[in-house]
Amino acid sequence: MSVPADFYLTLSAVMFTIGAVGLLVRRNVLVMFMCVELMLNAANLAFITFARELNDVGGQIAVFFVLVVAAAEVVVGLGIIVAIFRRRVGATADDVHVLKG
Amino acid sequence: MLHAAFLIPLFPLVGFAVLVVGGRRLGNPLAGWLATAMVGLSFVTTVVVFAGLFERAPGRRSFTQTWWNWFSVDRLHVSAGVLVDPLSMTMALFVTGVSTLIHLYSIGYMEHDEQFPKFFLYLNLFVSSMLLLVLGGNFVMTFLGWEGVGVCSYFLIAFWFDRPSAASAGKKAMIFNRIGDAGFLLAMFLIYERTGSLQYQTVFARLGHVGGDSLVAIALLLFLGATGKSAQLPLYPWLADAMEGPTPVSALIHAATMVTAGVYLMCRISPILHLAPDAGHVIAIIGGATAFVGATIACAQTDIKKILAYSTISQLGYMFMAAGVGAYVAAIFLMLTHAFYKALLFLGAGSVIHAMNDEQNTKVMGGLRALMPITGGTFLVAWLAIGGVPPFAGFWSKGDVLLNAWGYSPALYVLGALTAVLTAYYLGRCYMLVFSGKARWVEARATGDGTSRGHAEPALEADTSNPNVPHERIAAPAGPASHGRLHPHDPGWVMTVPLVVLAFCSVFGGLINLPFHPSFVFLERWLNPVVGRALFNPHLGAGSEIIFAVIDAVLALFGVALAYSLWRTAVYRREVEPTFLERAWFIDWSYDRLLARNSTRMAAFTSAVVESRVIDGAVNGFAVLWRRSGTVLRRVQTGYVRNYALGIMAGLVVLLAWVASRTFS
Amino acid sequence: MILASATGFAVPHIDYTAILPELILIGGSLVLLAAGALNVRHLPTRVYSLLSGATGVAALIAGIVLWQKVHGGGHPLTAVAHSLVIDGFSTAFVILSACIIIVSSAIADGYLRREGIAGPEFHALALLGASGAMLMAAANDFIVIFLGLEIMSIPLYVLAALDQRRAESGEAGMKYFVLGAFSSAIFVYGIALTYGATGSTNLAQIAGYLATNVSTSNGLLLAGAGLLLVGFLFKVAAVPFHMWTPDVYQGAPTPATGFMAAIAKVGGFAALLRVFFSSFHSLEASWQPILWVVAVLTLVTGAVLGLVQRDVKRMLAYSSINHAGFILLGLQAASREGMSASLYYVFVYAFLVLGSFAVITVVGGRGDTSHAIESYRGLARRQPLLGFGFAVLLLAQAGAPFTTGFLGKLYVVEAAVRSHSYALAVIAMLTGAVAAAFYLRVVFVMYSLPAGEAAPAMALADGGALATGTEPAAAVAAPAGESRGGVLVAAPPEAPAGAATGAGGGLRLRAASLGIAPSTLAGIAVTVLFTLALGIWPAPLFSFVHAAGLLF
Repeated sequence: MSVPADFYLTLSAVMFTIGAVGLLVRRNVLVMFMCVELMLNAANLAFITFARELNDVGGQIAVFFVLVVAAAEVVVGLGIIVAIFRRRVGATADDVHVLKG
Repeated sequence: MLHAAFLIPLFPLVGFAVLVVGGRRLGNPLAGWLATAMVGLSFVTTVVVFAGLFERAPGRRSFTQTWWNWFSVDRLHVSAGVLVDPLSMTMALFVTGVSTLIHLYSIGYMEHDEQFPKFFLYLNLFVSSMLLLVLGGNFVMTFLGWEGVGVCSYFLIAFWFDRPSAASAGKKAMIFNRIGDAGFLLAMFLIYERTGSLQYQTVFARLGHVGGDSLVAIALLLFLGATGKSAQLPLYPWLADAMEGPTPVSALIHAATMVTAGVYLMCRISPILHLAPDAGHVIAIIGGATAFVGATIACAQTDIKKILAYSTISQLGYMFMAAGVGAYVAAIFLMLTHAFYKALLFLGAGSVIHAMNDEQNTKVMGGLRALMPITGGTFLVAWLAIGGVPPFAGFWSKGDVLLNAWGYSPALYVLGALTAVLTAYYLGRCYMLVFSGKARWVEARATGDGTSRGHAEPALEADTSNPNVPHERIAAPAGPASHGRLHPHDPGWVMTVPLVVLAFCSVFGGLINLPFHPSFVFLERWLNPVVGRALFNPHLGAGSEIIFAVIDAVLALFGVALAYSLWRTAVYRREVEPTFLERAWFIDWSYDRLLARNSTRMAAFTSAVVESRVIDGAVNGFAVLWRRSGTVLRRVQTGYVRNYALGIMAGLVVLLAWVASRTFS
Repeated sequence: MILASATGFAVPHIDYTAILPELILIGGSLVLLAAGALNVRHLPTRVYSLLSGATGVAALIAGIVLWQKVHGGGHPLTAVAHSLVIDGFSTAFVILSACIIIVSSAIADGYLRREGIAGPEFHALALLGASGAMLMAAANDFIVIFLGLEIMSIPLYVLAALDQRRAESGEAGMKYFVLGAFSSAIFVYGIALTYGATGSTNLAQIAGYLATNVSTSNGLLLAGAGLLLVGFLFKVAAVPFHMWTPDVYQGAPTPATGFMAAIAKVGGFAALLRVFFSSFHSLEASWQPILWVVAVLTLVTGAVLGLVQRDVKRMLAYSSINHAGFILLGLQAASREGMSASLYYVFVYAFLVLGSFAVITVVGGRGDTSHAIESYRGLARRQPLLGFGFAVLLLAQAGAPFTTGFLGKLYVVEAAVRSHSYALAVIAMLTGAVAAAFYLRVVFVMYSLPAGEAAPAMALADGGALATGTEPAAAVAAPAGESRGGVLVAAPPEAPAGAATGAGGGLRLRAASLGIAPSTLAGIAVTVLFTLALGIWPAPLFSFVHAAGLLF
């Protein structure tokens, strides 16, 4: 009848991995940040799956918190990114590497 | 009112702090007055606490004041606090009293010195440390004060550090004291190991569970510490060199207070000594031997301060003799009276040195009695007091020690009696050379110091053997212009008042513990709850006590008469000033040959080979290794944010792999 | 476990007194923002700083009241439907965070005025960040920990990027943000897995579940705990999750660095200690070896890389990594003593790092740029008190006796030894010795003469204080006009004004014209006094920390 929980969890893990790998290989800051969002949504999917499995509303509530926090992060993150890349062409993370060693 | 005890060491400490910050701004003489006032306040506080203690019943005269919990390691809990009891308060009273007088005197004595505020800064720190030593409620606090006074002593001996002799004298004092301190430290370890505490009262309460051998070891290790601090055989030579410091320092630290710390320690641990009579034998014998050796050396010295230094060593030997035979009250009694007359002698010597434009050689003085009546008169009093002439203070205190020595062993008594004769004799010699006879300084100055003899200096350092160099550089420069224009006179009131007060104490100090009748022995009844009765008290009848008193008086008068007949007019008598004594039994010389030179050679070897090649090589190699790995590792920190994310990811993967290995294994 | 009920949620009772410190900070932050918005930068910076400091004091008082309540009653309270727990542990961190806010406000005040940065942003963000750290310490639910973590981190990202004139600041903010978001995502996934394994996000319920279900081989749970650990270790800058630290510490405005270094460690370790001591206590055998490895890596990396730095801020960043290793030592011990030791170390570290970065703020000069070790040459001679303060803070970090730093190291190493982690204790002490080398290098540079100075200036004044009369002449050419906004120019009064204006390199001149605001100086003085006083008399802090650890 219903889709087994393992399917959802596998999808969630795959999303998480895609997000993590994406962050490692992409150079555009905005894309990197989208990858983080993907990871957060993977977590949300896992939360909902577990909540349904456990018949517990707590997991669903957690999703709302994560969504709100993610939104706040986006606001701040975009602000910082805009501030840095205002005078640059493109938004490549590798451009900023003055600080090292 | 008893709770004011914490103020006693605090006042001088505050003085020290103020002088550190604003000493130079206060300047001369305000800094001196501030320091004196602080010590004076401390004295007043001590009197108040003392009075409060006096009002209590004899059994309740001991209490511990804990300030704070200093540190705790495992079972060891050390609190910062004081033990107020008759013994510590007696000590505190005389330390603050004498210190106040000597501070006052120093204002006059040091008035021309450029480092005037620094001198008082050290002096205040010294008094504070000494009071911590005396009042400390546990071995650690006492040790803190013990090291504090040691450091101040070092600073003050080397106060004129631009003079090589002063600098090396300071070093010498430090080294000899370190040897003693090692004993003190080992004793503390042993005490903690055996009793689990370092608090005096706890330790004493648990002595029953400690084996006899351990007690002897503890007592002897502490005595080793005491020999260093109190200049006993074999660790005494530093005290003679310590005379390189300013004379008030010699009076305060190297005669009246710090050097008696060892004796105080012996009295403090009297419960341990009671249970370890074997240690008592050692202490009594070393004390007696030091008393005799010191007195013989003093007979052949020419430098006025060296005479007094060896005299101090000898008198300290007396005190240890008393402590060793279990007569702690006699030891404290002698310590108190000795503080009065020895401080007086040093301050008198300081006046003379001041008046003679920094001349210390007694052979070129003479005839000062008429020119310096107050100094001369008080010096005379001090001589008679230390010589044991009745009814001066020294007669009673020394008589007490000798009486107890007789009860212990007649041989020790004979040694002590011989020393008593010598004491009266050598100070008589000193007095005669300085104050009576012809004024030899007139011709000495006129002929350009020609009569000062090169071998007048008994010390080994070649650089001190030239008496042409002014010994103290306090006064206006003693250049050629001052030759023949020397007008010795008594110093101003800040210097004479302490002389007169100390002379008064030297005359009447004996009243605090008169023999003959039980109702007169105030000091003994006062200290009784702490130190108990003498172990070997002979319990002689009043008749025998009088016989001994008469013998003592005769011995003292014999010494006085001997000095008078030999030195009334004479200046040189080589037959009674043999080189062997002048060079201090060649003890210092043999230390130098046997120990100092060889260890210097070993140090040179260690420094050249072991240190620079082996140890430095290893350390440098280690450092280079770390730096190299740093240089390599920092390449990982590329500055690219995705590389950093890769680091996080790698850590995460390794961690998950570990989890997987645990889950599926 | 709250079961789903179709009828709707029961609104939980909220005990506002229990969360008063957090509320005060958030309220203070809002007031600051409102004031800034309404007055459009007309209010002087001093007012904002004072407001921020006053908020900190109010939170401190509220925290102390809570401490009395918890300490007296002896049992922890829970608030807001058991999602928060108010116990000795959380209250201790509330008090510490409030202290950090107070000291940091004072330090930042001088910086903001020197740089002419108007507006309340710095303080508002700092207050929010501190409230997040408090929330993390008091959290009894993983979701609340996550909220606290974000409330703390997001302001820190902005603080790092606050100085728009320097490109490094933006870069620091960007790096911190991207990596922080990455680690947050990992953390959230960890919560999700833990929730799936135990059926709850509540710490107490998880602990209860694990106590009844022996599940050492539960892969889901262990993976969740592992992901959570990564999130925490990122925040506290443990190797290999540390790489953001040096870049962010170096790039961020210096007072922000100090605040961030203190508050991030406080929040991170508060939650880390609570989670791993209470909820995951039964998994000890699994996480102890991980922490062993992480602690070793952290200790060694911090010490080794600190050695080769030329920038003081970067050096202190590695030093803080080394410190994190020491704190992990107490956690790794997994014992009561280890808990107290870690707590103690966090307290000590917070003040040390605040004070150190305050000194760096002062020495950095206008523009916040001169952070090379060379710019410290002769500092102790130009500014004896400042130099002495920095020397104390550095020596304390190196673990010199009679400072809190020594006791902190002593206690964590002792805890490690008691739990038989001998190798770890030895490694920690070795790295401590290596780290001492780079602290001492700065001290040495501070007390050495500027290049080319003549040796006679080495004279010491009475009582050991450095003579101001022997100031290197070239170093005192401090034009008073260069300071602005009431900043005090601390040129020595004895120095002849303008003597040798022509001599000396530009570096030295810039360093000589240090403007030291009294508020910054007060902040430094507080940290130095804390370090010295409690180093000499450790009993109060240690018993406080011990009580906080017991009232778990």
